[in-house]
Amino acid sequence: MTILECKSLTKSYGDVRALDGVDITIEPGRIVGLLGPNGSGKTTLIKLANGLLVPSGGEILINGLAPGVETKKIVSYLPERPCVPDWMTARALLGFYGDFYEDFDRSAAEDMLSRLGIDTGAKIRHLSKGNREKVQLIMVMARRALLYLLDEPIGGVDPAARDYILNTIISNYNPAASAVISTHLISDVERVLDDVIFLREGKAVLAAPVDELREQQGKSVDQIFREVFRC
Amino acid sequence: MEWRFEGGAPIYAQIVGTVKLAIASGELPPGERLPGVRELALEAGVNPNTMQRALTELEREGLVYSQRTAGRFVTDSAEAVEAARRELADGTVKTFLTAMRRLGFEREEILNLLEREENHDDSGM
Repeated sequence: MTILECKSLTKSYGDVRALDGVDITIEPGRIVGLLGPNGSGKTTLIKLANGLLVPSGGEILINGLAPGVETKKIVSYLPERPCVPDWMTARALLGFYGDFYEDFDRSAAEDMLSRLGIDTGAKIRHLSKGNREKVQLIMVMARRALLYLLDEPIGGVDPAARDYILNTIISNYNPAASAVISTHLISDVERVLDDVIFLREGKAVLAAPVDELREQQGKSVDQIFREVFRC
Repeated sequence: MEWRFEGGAPIYAQIVGTVKLAIASGELPPGERLPGVRELALEAGVNPNTMQRALTELEREGLVYSQRTAGRFVTDSAEAVEAARRELADGTVKTFLTAMRRLGFEREEILNLLEREENHDDSGM
């Protein structure tokens, strides 16, 4: 069963085509890199998958369904910018997530928070920026979802935090679930990816397994990306 | 094991190389139990599917074997370890010779240099 499918998916903002006839499928058990320069349509695609935007043409299906209440039960979404209510404590947030999502694994989240030494009694607002981002990631990854949509999880964080984020993704890996990670920092993520999708000006110009690309072209995905997107 | 990934070779193939070196050098002794796929994937910072593929390849090459319930182990076969050692040595020599020929060295000179370097090593001990 395909977990995410786009058929001729198009999204326009006025005259601008942010996505232009995208056809992609994502199977269960894959960690997929959604790669492209700024403005290539990565965030638009992820927002469409979450039902935050509506397609201008074509369709997007999650587990065979159009985005809606049923798909939100199985999709765990990390937005580009943190969106947790910052006046809450981490402890209150745990309860909030538990109430909202049946698949929320509270003890896994508590475990991850305590390993980072985060004081669950402190207001999110009083945490460092790095810890605020980690708290949000922990909430997202502690759901036992079928599809994780992570929009730029490693943009703007230091290398140690980047390793933490990637390790959190690997350690929560579940063969029944898939994860889509959008980023332009390819050399950092390519070793955790099964597949990559290159977006350019709203079109999916390449979709292939990472090791197949490396085997066929004798180059890293990072090098291939630099060639495809040479300015 | 030290995990480093570079260049354009497939990542699973680079993992196979790293584990093979650890087995051939004795860092992973015969019969040693390997950590689980997820643990190894975390340690190497790679995708669990990629780690699984590398382990399957190592099994196919006879360097590790799995026991249904107990996990995965380094081969007990001294011949298999020796074969891996030879294979890695061949590769290292080939790389060395390619680099030396590129620098314009002929067989005699290369042998002389090797001998001199070896003496250096001895006196340096």
